[in-house]
Amino acid sequence: MTAQSWGLLALLLAVTLLAVKPLGLYMARVMEGEPVPGLGLGARFESWLYRLSGVDPAAQMGWKHYALALLVFNTLGVLLLYALQRLQGWLPLNPQHFGPPSADSAFNTAVSFVTNTNWQSYTPETTMSYLTQMTGLAVQNFLSAATGIVVAVALIRGLARHSAKTIGNFWVDVTRATLYVLLPIATVIALALVSQGVIQNFSHYQQVTLLQPVTYPQPSTTAAGASRLQTVTTRTQTLPMGPVASQESIKELGTNGGGFFNANSAHPYENPNAWSNLLEMFAIALIPAALTYTFGFMVGDTRQGWAVLAAMMIMFVGLYAVCNHSEQRGNPALSALGVSQLPSAQQSGGNMEGKEVRFGIAGSTLFSTLSTVTSTGAVNSMHDSYMPIGGMVPLLDMMLGEVVLGGVGSGLYSMLIFAIIGVFIAGLMIGRTPEYLGKKIEAFEMKMSAIAILVMPFIVLTGTAIAVSVAAGRVGVANPGPHGFSEILYAFTSAGNNNGSAFAGISADTPFYNTALGIVVWLGRFWPIVAVLAIAGSLAAKKRIPVSAGTMPTHGPTFIALLIGTVLLVGALTFVPALALGPIVEHLMLWSH
Amino acid sequence: MKTILRPALTLLLVMTLITGVIYPLVVTGVAQIAFPAQANGSLIRKNGRLIGSRLIGQPFDSAGYFWSRPSATSPQPYNGLASGGSNLGPTNPALIAAVKARIAALHAADPGNRAPIPVDLVTASGSGLDPDISLAAAYYQAGRVARARGVSVRQVRALIAAHARGGELGVLGTPRINVLELNLALDAMK
Repeated sequence: MTAQSWGLLALLLAVTLLAVKPLGLYMARVMEGEPVPGLGLGARFESWLYRLSGVDPAAQMGWKHYALALLVFNTLGVLLLYALQRLQGWLPLNPQHFGPPSADSAFNTAVSFVTNTNWQSYTPETTMSYLTQMTGLAVQNFLSAATGIVVAVALIRGLARHSAKTIGNFWVDVTRATLYVLLPIATVIALALVSQGVIQNFSHYQQVTLLQPVTYPQPSTTAAGASRLQTVTTRTQTLPMGPVASQESIKELGTNGGGFFNANSAHPYENPNAWSNLLEMFAIALIPAALTYTFGFMVGDTRQGWAVLAAMMIMFVGLYAVCNHSEQRGNPALSALGVSQLPSAQQSGGNMEGKEVRFGIAGSTLFSTLSTVTSTGAVNSMHDSYMPIGGMVPLLDMMLGEVVLGGVGSGLYSMLIFAIIGVFIAGLMIGRTPEYLGKKIEAFEMKMSAIAILVMPFIVLTGTAIAVSVAAGRVGVANPGPHGFSEILYAFTSAGNNNGSAFAGISADTPFYNTALGIVVWLGRFWPIVAVLAIAGSLAAKKRIPVSAGTMPTHGPTFIALLIGTVLLVGALTFVPALALGPIVEHLMLWSH
Repeated sequence: MKTILRPALTLLLVMTLITGVIYPLVVTGVAQIAFPAQANGSLIRKNGRLIGSRLIGQPFDSAGYFWSRPSATSPQPYNGLASGGSNLGPTNPALIAAVKARIAALHAADPGNRAPIPVDLVTASGSGLDPDISLAAAYYQAGRVARARGVSVRQVRALIAAHARGGELGVLGTPRINVLELNLALDAMK
């Protein structure tokens, strides 16, 4: 790894860690229902909104009521987003006159954006109207992130409360998370992105006269019906426009990842330079990191939050180092052709296929690692063209369950489930009843934890197995050999973890993939959420046990090691066989001669 | 059920209005006042005609211009309506074949130059619209551009040095140069 690669990591970690305490405290205030300083107007708007909705903000919900409200709210979101796409041809703000996407594509997109996945089987700049992007896709960027936050907060309340029947009010939680946390931060980040060159307008697409005409082969059909290549010369280039920055900021801040353009954050209008790249990475890491502090604060012991964050950061640095090393080393097949891949003062070197010069190896691999340990799935370089091990890291990031920072909210609640499993394993080893934060961990919590953890590998591996067994699945593959298997495995891993990134060579805009991945995405999101809320309800009802000499501390290095061990063990045991068939065998083939 | 449907529907619609309409309109309004050039695409105009964007690359293949990176967009390279990469895997024979063809094209345009070719000049970018090449890739092409233009290599190298960027905060930017701006500067050089 180059000094620049370490330096960029240090810079990102420094700015993120500085924000953890202030934002964590702020979110705790917001979610505990305290008035937000400087937002008196917000309080008045809030009470008007609750009256309009028929909500009593003081009424608390049990876990079943909370889960039902969450499911209904998200299901309505899917229906609205589906309708919006299918009707966009008749609706305003569609200057390019796009028609409706196909039914299976619209279904996939709707489910995908509501679940914080943002898998995109369509090409945005030639599919979605400005209205669909703004009032459909971007809205779900906010609401799916808010949904993640409220589930995490409900679980924290379950740990913090005792002998209680309720875990909060879903309507109030989702409103406050959106209005007081996501909206103000997204606005500031959006404007900062514009200052760096991210576009924000409602113009028609722009016609550019090229400096030098370009000649290229265009497939065409002859009068006899045969296809042939015709040489065409053009002098123009069309530049897409649109309200990009407002969507870009919440796309990263909410760990959503759905790009305004097909190339996502590799597109210069989404991510124009190294500063915007740093800002976008900061936006991704910000809320998941700060929520660990919110957690510690709300359970009354901030060391608990720091311990969870430390476990996350240790894994993050390790994963980044592997990915970065593999990409910086470059492709031996290109070295053999006399191509220079060594880093120097004049180039970043390394494997540059699918990467942008302005990000180089450091900015590309840090982004891809961060985007896949969280549930973001935004890409500023094409993972499909990574070296076998470099591309295995994003895959592995997701397979670990996206608990290293993880999605907004979902990362924390998934990590806390691993913590529960960790103390259970430790309890078995020393022969004591496991407890976490003064709550006894019993059969019901363990059953629900097992469900929350095992749903993902189950649907990912089943989905992959089906796709490689049927022609409709295999036909989508773009690259030959084990890499093709990796493409399918990546698609289902991404869907099952609500990530949304892809080995994008795969042709996934087919009824088979749109439907299969749409189902996997839905199950991967809401099955674990219901299990987590059940745990929250059960923990809230328990009495708090006082700390005794036999209590295992859950804030020290031993616990951090235990937590990391649990995450790696579950992820590794489940997925190593599948990884061996894909990236690992490809790596051995590439470096054997 | 009604106690759930009513708040769900009301909140969904109000939130759509706030985050889907008011929020982007406010951001657009402020952006258009505070950063109009950036918000509208960092466009470059010459004699009233739109000739490009500082942020979006253009294809070049004549000897007298610096070449941009290969672009995998289809059907034409640097197609603004179809951003994306090749998605060729590292062991795909099609990747090796494409790189060989690009090397051959560079050698054909500059037969005397047998220096190692900087990797970004023979690999397709992620967006297909990469506006930059590495400094190494610019210096690699300096001899060919100078000969085709009938100017000295020293002049061309000085131009590269004047347009070079990178190293923000020591760790941020990579060493790079904007190809369109460099080529416009070449055209302006007398």
